[in-house]
Amino acid sequence: MDFLYSIFVDPFVQMVQMPDFLLQVLWEGIVGGILYALIALGFVLIFKASGVFNFAQGIMVVFAALTLVGLYEKGVPALAALVLAVGVMALLAICVERFVMRPLVNQPDIILLMATIGLTYFLVGLGEFIFGGEPKVMIANELGLPSGSVVLEPEGWGPGGSPGLISLQKIDIAATVIAAIMIVALAIFFNKTRIGRALRAVADDHQAALSVGISLNQIWAIVWFAAGVVALVTGIMWGARSDVSFALEIVALKALPVLILGGFTSIPGAIVGGLIIGVGEKIGEIYWGPLVGGGIESWLAYGIALVFLIFRPQGLFGEKIIERV
Amino acid sequence: MGVAMAALTGAWTAPAFAEDSIYIQMPTYRTGPYAGSGIPIANGMVDYLNMLNERDGGVGGVKLMVEECETGYDTQKGVECYEAAKAKGTVVFNPWSTGITLQVIPKAGVDKIPVLSMAYGLSAAAEGNTFPWVFNPPMTYWDGASGVIKYIADKEGGMDKLKGKKIGYIFLDAGYGREPIPLLEKFAGEFGFTLMQYPVPPKEMQNQSSQWLNVRRDQPDYMVMWGWGAMNPTAIKEATKIRYPMDKFIGVWWSGGEDDARAGGADAKGYKTLNFNAVGSEFQALSDIKAKLIDAGKSQTDAGKLGENLYNRGVVNSVIVAEAIRVAQEKTGKKVITGEDMRVGLENLKIDEARLKELGLEGFMAPMAISCGDHSGHNMMYVQEWDGEKWVKASEWFEPMTDVVKPMLAAAADEYKTKNAPWPERTEACAN
Repeated sequence: MDFLYSIFVDPFVQMVQMPDFLLQVLWEGIVGGILYALIALGFVLIFKASGVFNFAQGIMVVFAALTLVGLYEKGVPALAALVLAVGVMALLAICVERFVMRPLVNQPDIILLMATIGLTYFLVGLGEFIFGGEPKVMIANELGLPSGSVVLEPEGWGPGGSPGLISLQKIDIAATVIAAIMIVALAIFFNKTRIGRALRAVADDHQAALSVGISLNQIWAIVWFAAGVVALVTGIMWGARSDVSFALEIVALKALPVLILGGFTSIPGAIVGGLIIGVGEKIGEIYWGPLVGGGIESWLAYGIALVFLIFRPQGLFGEKIIERV
Repeated sequence: MGVAMAALTGAWTAPAFAEDSIYIQMPTYRTGPYAGSGIPIANGMVDYLNMLNERDGGVGGVKLMVEECETGYDTQKGVECYEAAKAKGTVVFNPWSTGITLQVIPKAGVDKIPVLSMAYGLSAAAEGNTFPWVFNPPMTYWDGASGVIKYIADKEGGMDKLKGKKIGYIFLDAGYGREPIPLLEKFAGEFGFTLMQYPVPPKEMQNQSSQWLNVRRDQPDYMVMWGWGAMNPTAIKEATKIRYPMDKFIGVWWSGGEDDARAGGADAKGYKTLNFNAVGSEFQALSDIKAKLIDAGKSQTDAGKLGENLYNRGVVNSVIVAEAIRVAQEKTGKKVITGEDMRVGLENLKIDEARLKELGLEGFMAPMAISCGDHSGHNMMYVQEWDGEKWVKASEWFEPMTDVVKPMLAAAADEYKTKNAPWPERTEACAN
């Protein structure tokens, strides 16, 4: 009976008794979800344009952030380092298109996937060779990103009617705003511009796109560049929460359940998927995790995604593909 | 044909190093998620031994051939390093990972290679009669956990004051982080405090907000951390975010890198960790490293990092290695020793104040001694505190709760033997 109580009643009692804490959990979930969505966005961009799951997205996050911080450490002013880091990501995009993607046009998707795995190891080695393996501190303040927190203390929201405490980190608020701006910009880019439409055409069929005069090379370079910029923003935000090191690459794995849930081709799917995973895993870990000793967050995200998949196999916003025999 | 085969086989198995030198493989991790902790340790280890080569011509007149093997803190790669070390005839193997240590423990006795897991690895390996080939000086994780509890009790006014307290334990959810849990659970029952566990999966090292939200809800009176690599700076940042009182947050000696605390900025002021080496470069041996290696461009160490905590930790490891070689040379009368000789050297290792002074390391570490039966020594530790810019000493040297820990280690060693039966009985003589 106690066991059932601890599953079905106690968590909700806790939520009611400590509403400030519930709000804090929800906020952390939303922030986490947005950060997951940022990573997922990078995957979605490349998948939309080439049908390739870009295994290298995680290391691109690390590489972009290391480039930014590394340039700053060499004496380049912060904003100039940011511009140069964007330039490096553009150069990387051109190189990937020229030396990885172009020779593999019309090859099976699995070949392209393998190529991105190779790219991952290449970027790990290149990053360690240039920047070393030591962690670096993200230059959030130097980039003009806010620090500190906004503290709310609503009366009677704490345990036993005491004043509540909700702490919102300014960097998290900034991440939310920046992510929102990026999402809107990318949605406009994909849906309202000629390049965006061409990009979608390439995603549907390489040969058909080529036959109507779309430059595959140009499109791929653009989309890898866009994914590089998303990686840079992701690296800044994640780096500010911890540090900039190769451990960040692992964080990219968190995008997988987000993609499963939201669909591999949908930008809104990445956002909604990110938020569902972010909030779901926080609520699960905080209120139900202690029942099994904690640490359920890492697999709970996949559990949530699988539940959604039962009802929407293509993901929440994925394209429903009908193939006729 | 037979001659050719023999020649080929010989070429395959012969050590790649000169016969008038001692080969030491150093497994290190300068890459991967744990490189932030691995690099300074690797630099300290390698620099000290290379400095001995430059300054003294090695140990006892024999050059030390030091070779790094990159593990990336990955157990599988670590075992590959072990196999490579065995093929090349290393006299000692330093796994630098509890996971790797656990894998090589059963191999060490068979291959006659002593395993030195300095203040990490399997705590029960301190029982020399059960584990004649494994050494974990100057103390075990269980000593460390007992030291933290002792320190907290001192702050509270005595062991009896722990009753009713809540002590949170945040740890890397791997062999390393799980190692002290049996001791902490026993202490919780014995002294009446509640132990609250917050595991951090390795994949979530940089994503700890859930763990720290739980800490905020549970409000433990103290937090103890067994973190490594990127877990440490993230935990410190998250602790400051929830306004956890930093003076009640105590890490093990592996959670005390400068880069770990620096990430928390001024808010991390007051954060504490255990330590068993001094921080700073005002020691003759370190000055020699600077003069002979760093200034001469023969080291990978940035001069500004000389004397940082984890760098000095690496130096301690190599001091133990070099001193054990010296003892082995004295005991066996050989200049070029083998792994079996090295085991004798480690079992008879004694580094006292006078010896530390001779080494140019007076005050750098506490005197330590290992014996046949006790491969750890249960030596002394102290607590350091982050003042916002650097580590400062926050306590005197103190001993772990050896009287409590030792019987537990003996029981754990017996349990290991049972689980791994038939575990070989010790046949190695205790050379004194």
